[in-house]
Amino acid sequence: MAAAAVRPRIKLEKKSAKKGEIVEVKALVAHIMETGQRKDSAGKTIPRKILNKFTCTVNGKEVFSADFEPAVSANPYIQFKFRALESGPVILTWTDDDGSTIVGQDSITVT
Amino acid sequence: MALGAGAITTALVGQAVVPAYAANDSADLIKKFTGGKEPTVGRIRLDLPEIAENGNTVPMTVSVESPMTEQSYVTDVLIVADGNPRAGVVTFHFSPASGVAEANTRIRLASTQNIIAVAKMNDGAFFTAKKEVKVTIGGCGG
Repeated sequence: MAAAAVRPRIKLEKKSAKKGEIVEVKALVAHIMETGQRKDSAGKTIPRKILNKFTCTVNGKEVFSADFEPAVSANPYIQFKFRALESGPVILTWTDDDGSTIVGQDSITVT
Repeated sequence: MALGAGAITTALVGQAVVPAYAANDSADLIKKFTGGKEPTVGRIRLDLPEIAENGNTVPMTVSVESPMTEQSYVTDVLIVADGNPRAGVVTFHFSPASGVAEANTRIRLASTQNIIAVAKMNDGAFFTAKKEVKVTIGGCGG
C-alpha cells in the first residue's frame, strides 16, 4: 500500500476553544507496523516497516510528538492534548521507516 | 547472617542470575534515558488493563502530574515493556504547549509482563511507575 494514499482519521474534541483551554486530539492511521521480528513461511525475516515518528503542530508550533517502536500496535492510535493559544491549522505527521510521511490536517479557532 | 551470605553468593554469580523480569534491554533503555539517575516512584498514572486477552493491541494511557508551565513541565516520557523481545515501546515528548502531560496509544505485548513509565521533568528530575499486565494471547506474531 502506498503510504501517500493513506488518509488518517483525526478528531478534535472541539473546533473552537477559549484561549488557554485544553483540547484533546484523537488520531488513527492505517499502517502495518511490521516489527521486523516476524518470519515468513520460508523462515526469512520480514523486514521492519513501521511509522517511527509522530508530530503534531498547531499554527506551526509543535505541541506534542512521539517516537514509536515496533511494540506500537498496527494501525497506530494516538490520543493527546494541547493548550489552545492561537487559531490555525492542526497538522499531524507520521514518518515511515522509508522516509515517506503521512499527513493529516484539521484546524482550531481560538476565541 | 544467612541473608548476608545469600547476597554475596548472588553477587558472585551475578552474571548467571537471570531475574524474572529483566530478560530484555529495559533496564539499559531506562538507564540511557535517565543518564544513570535513579527515578523516584510517583507522579505518574499508568492505565492499562489488568488482563489483556489480545496482546496485539493493549490500550495504554500515561499521565504525569505537572502544572505544565514554562517554569515546571514534563519534557519526555519513556515507556518500556520488560517482557517483549525488545523493551522499547514509545517515547512521548511534551512541552508547556501540550497543556497536560497525558497520552494514549495501543501497544503490543508478547506475554505477561511489566510496563514501566519514566518521566523526565524540565528541572532534570525523573519519576517512574510500573504496572503488570497479564496477557492471554501474545502479540508478537510468528
